[in-house]
Amino acid sequence: MQSFTWINAKSIEEVKGALAKHGKKARIFAGGGDLTTLMKERIDTPEFVVNIGDVKDIHYIREEKDGLHIGAMTILADLAEHEAVLGRYTALAEAAGAVASPQLRNMGSIGGNLCQRPRCWYYRGAFHCYKKGGDFCFAVTGDNRYYHSILKGELCYMVHPSDTAVALLALDARITIAGPQKEKTVKAEDFFIGPRQDVLRENILQPAELITEIVVPTPPANTRSTFLKTRIRGSWDFALASVAVRCTAKNGVCQAARLALGGVAPVPLRVERAERALAGKKITRELSQQAAQLATAGARPMTMNRYKVDLTRSLVEKALLAVA
Amino acid sequence: MITITLNVNGATHKVNVRPGESLLSALRLGLGLTGAKEGCGEGDCGACTVIIDGRTVDSCIYPAGEAQGKKVRTVEGLASNGKLSPLQEAFVEHGAVQCGFCIPGMLMSATALLERNPKPSEAAIRLGLSGNLCRCTGYAKIVEAVRAAASPA
Ligand SMILES: Cc1cc2nc3c(=O)[nH]c(=O)nc-3n(C[C@H](O)[C@H](O)[C@H](O)COP(=O)(O)OP(=O)(O)OC[C@H]3O[C@@H](n4cnc5c(N)ncnc54)[C@H](O)[C@@H]3O)c2cc1C
Ligand code: SF4
Ligand code: FES
Ligand code: FES
Repeated sequence: MQSFTWINAKSIEEVKGALAKHGKKARIFAGGGDLTTLMKERIDTPEFVVNIGDVKDIHYIREEKDGLHIGAMTILADLAEHEAVLGRYTALAEAAGAVASPQLRNMGSIGGNLCQRPRCWYYRGAFHCYKKGGDFCFAVTGDNRYYHSILKGELCYMVHPSDTAVALLALDARITIAGPQKEKTVKAEDFFIGPRQDVLRENILQPAELITEIVVPTPPANTRSTFLKTRIRGSWDFALASVAVRCTAKNGVCQAARLALGGVAPVPLRVERAERALAGKKITRELSQQAAQLATAGARPMTMNRYKVDLTRSLVEKALLAVA
Repeated sequence: MITITLNVNGATHKVNVRPGESLLSALRLGLGLTGAKEGCGEGDCGACTVIIDGRTVDSCIYPAGEAQGKKVRTVEGLASNGKLSPLQEAFVEHGAVQCGFCIPGMLMSATALLERNPKPSEAAIRLGLSGNLCRCTGYAKIVEAVRAAASPA
C-alpha cells in the first residue's frame, strides 16, 4: 500500500473541510470494505484518507412522518435486521442482507455501498482501461462472463456492484449530498451516471462532496416490495443479476409499480417501460412475462453473457408474482 | 507510528501502528496474537475474523485505530483457565479441523452466531458461517460441530 495521511474526522464540518482542502488527493473512508482493497492493490492511491467512522451524527435509522431516514454511516447489518425496514421497506432490508458476507455487512456502510467502485476484473487487475484513464476496454474482447453489462454499456461495460442501490431506486429514495455548496438532495436514479457521462466515475459526486443521508419515502398503503439476486455461489457474491420491485396493488390489480435491475448495466437501472405496462392491470404470470420482456428490451449481450437476459427475465417475473 | 490502546480479550494493551494499519496486523505483529490468520487480506475468506463489540469483522481490512474504545475478541480468548470452550470442544470432537487455517475465523463466526442465536437452524448456521471459506473440510463437519455445541447432548 502506498503511504498516506489518515485524517480522523469527528464531524461533517471536519469531513467537508478536509475534502475541500485536499480535493482529488483525498478519499472518504467509511467501512473501508472497498477502499482498503483498492489501496492494497494500488488501484487507488490517495494521499489523504478521511475516516468518517467516528462522525457521530451519521449512524442512524429513524422512521419519521415522511419516511425512513438513514445516516450514511449506518452499517448494512443494521438495515438488514431493522424491524421497520423489514416491514415497510422490505426490498432494502433484503438487499442489505444480500450484500457480501456477515463480516462485511457488519463493517460496510450504506454510503460506501452506494459509492463502491466496479468489480470488473480488468479494473481490479493491472489493466489500464477506460475506467482508469486509458483508451481501451479489455472486457469487450476478454472475459465478460459475470460482472459485465447487457444493457446501456458503451466505452465501459462494467455493471454497478451495489445491491442496495437497486432497492433504493425501486423504493424511490432520495440521496442527500453535502459539500462546499448548499446541501442538496437528488433522486437515487439521478445519483448514478453511466460511462458516456463520465467514464472515470459512477455517480455525480464531486471530489469535495459526500453523502450524508438517504431518505426512503413512506410507501403508499397496500404496497409491497422485494429484492431478488442471483449469484454464482450460495455463500456470498456480487449479483449476476438482481431485481427490486415495489408494487401498490388492490385485489391483485397493480396501481403503480417501480422496477429496477442490478448486475446488468453500468448503473442500477430503472425500467419505466416495464413499470408502465403493469399499471392498472391484474398481475398474472402472462403480465409478469410481458413486463420481464420489456425490462430487458434492447439488451445487447456481450460475447459470454447472453444468459443474463433470461436470468434477468426470470427474476423480474418471480419478483412481480411475489409482490402481487 | 502512532500509539493506540486496544482492549483485547479483556486486557488493555498499548500498541504502535502505522496510520491505517489493519487490526489483523496490530494483533499479530504488535501483540503477538497470531490466532487470527491472513488468508486473502481483502475481505474474501474470513480467516482473520475477530469479534468487535459482539459483531464479527474481517480484521484484515479493519483499521486498528477504529477498534479503540471497543472490545475486541480473538480466538485466544475463547478458552478459559486452560479449558477449551464448548464450541472448541465440539470442533475437536466432530473432526471439524483439518489443516486448521480457517478454524480461528470459523470459531469466531460461530461464537458470535451462538451468542445472538443460541439455537440456530442448520440454515442459520450456514448463513452465519457464509463469510468463512474452508479449503479442506467441505463444511459438513464444521456445521455438525456448531449444531452439537448449540444443543449439548
Ligand atoms: C469480498 C467482498 C464482497 C462483496 N460483495 C458485495 C455484494 O455482493 N453486494 C454489494 O452491494 N457489495 C458487496 N461488497 C461491497 C461491500 O460490502 C461494502 O458495501 C462496500 O465495500 C462499501 O462499504 P464501506 O462502508 O466499506 O465503504 P468504503 O470502502 O469505506 O468506501 C467505498 C467507496 O465509497 C466512498 N464513500 C464511502 N462513504 C461515502 C460517503 N458517505 N459519501 C461519499 N463517498 C463515500 C469511499 O471514498 C470509497 O470510494 C463486497 C465487498 C467485498 C470486499
Ligand atoms: S468494463 Fe470498464 S472497468 Fe472493465 S475493462 Fe472495460 S472499461 Fe475497464
Ligand atoms: S484475510 Fe481477512 S478476509 Fe481473508
Ligand atoms: S481446515 Fe483447512 S482451510 Fe479449513
